[in-house]
Amino acid sequence: MLDKEGIAKRIAKEIKDGYYVNLGIGIPTLVANYIPENIDVVLQSENGLLGMGPFPYEGEEDPDLINAGKQTITMLPGSAIFDSAMSFGMIRAKKVNLTILGAMEVSENGDIANWKIPGKMVKGMGGAMDLVASAENIIVAMQHVNKAGESKLLPQCTLPLTGINCVKKIVTELAVLDVLPEGGFKLLERAPGVSVEEIKKATAGKLIVEGEIPEMTV
Amino acid sequence: MNKTVSGAEEAIHDIKDGMTLMLGGFGMSGLPEKCIAALVKKGVKNLTCISNNAGVDDFGIGLMLKQRQVKKMISSYVGENAEFERQLLTGELEVELIPQGTLATRCMAAGYGMPAIFTPAGIGTEVAIGKEIRNFNGKDYLMELAFDADFAIVKAWKGDTMGNLVFRGTSRNFNAVMAMAGKITVAEVEELVEPGELDPNFIHTPGIYVHRIFQGENYEKRIEQRTVRKRT
Repeated sequence: MLDKEGIAKRIAKEIKDGYYVNLGIGIPTLVANYIPENIDVVLQSENGLLGMGPFPYEGEEDPDLINAGKQTITMLPGSAIFDSAMSFGMIRAKKVNLTILGAMEVSENGDIANWKIPGKMVKGMGGAMDLVASAENIIVAMQHVNKAGESKLLPQCTLPLTGINCVKKIVTELAVLDVLPEGGFKLLERAPGVSVEEIKKATAGKLIVEGEIPEMTV
Repeated sequence: MNKTVSGAEEAIHDIKDGMTLMLGGFGMSGLPEKCIAALVKKGVKNLTCISNNAGVDDFGIGLMLKQRQVKKMISSYVGENAEFERQLLTGELEVELIPQGTLATRCMAAGYGMPAIFTPAGIGTEVAIGKEIRNFNGKDYLMELAFDADFAIVKAWKGDTMGNLVFRGTSRNFNAVMAMAGKITVAEVEELVEPGELDPNFIHTPGIYVHRIFQGENYEKRIEQRTVRKRT
């Protein structure tokens, strides 16, 4: 079973040389720490920056330099700054190659719910609806089951949707799965020490298991 | 063409109860602090505020919420704000949550003189309810209307007396798009200079969009999430 860092490490392997990548808040933010050094990747922050670098050293924080999670950050050489309209313009125009974000639920046809729980205070969707509606390549980083022990990989989402037919891949503490265009979660890899049976038990939606499922390397 | 006003109070003197305001900034970054303080002092009420966020309890639009000056917020993310939550639950405050890109692009449309935009954001969700959907090249898009705001209030790093603006870092965010979108645009800047001092090649907002400008003093520029790394 993977911890949060493990999920981030495994997702980092999906990032290819030359990619522009948008990382959501939570586990996706951790992915930045594991991008292989031998590839060239530019991180986009939707509040208006390409070329996001690591957190600043203490004393070097700049209130005019934050990421979409409102954390203080730095810029790498070659960075570019732009306004919010252009930022979502490049997202809509599919210039950003990969979007990694968290989710509360994903359905077997790739619908995602990650912004609202009825009866609880709603904070807003931020940029999530724009990202999932436009990105061609969306990876969800999340726990396989919720705190109540219920599967988050469902036949249909029960929570209000953020977007439809958009999630392509899911990495959880238990497994890596593709969401097939025709519907269904195709099991690709098992987390270390996790059996196919355990993954089946934790997956409420249609799980497709073909042949031997390899254990992932992280 | 000198657009300089004496300060925030003069810049917002004709903002009246019930008006619609755009307020720039993302989180605490690039907030028009001086104009917000002047609006709080003036006490105008029943405002509709278009702003990505709603401030925190003691800073940004949170200060206007505390005085119950805001009737409606149009935002993408309202974050951590206890007073905001209280007013929302008691029904004192109306909130319209819209996708962040839709918010930015509805500002942009106003500044570019376009009545509406089409975006895929919100298709298949509750955001799409009651909105016109058009299909282009096999994909559905929502029609979203340009904003119509009485005032846009933005914060820039530098500006000249003709209203040309330069922003710094990610505080450009919504400021640059909202600056283009108000019937009247007010810009507060950290440094106000004479025409010719800013390089025309590096102007972010041309002065034609800006009606009033002033230099604010002693910017607080708060940080919402201070994150640092250790020196090795």
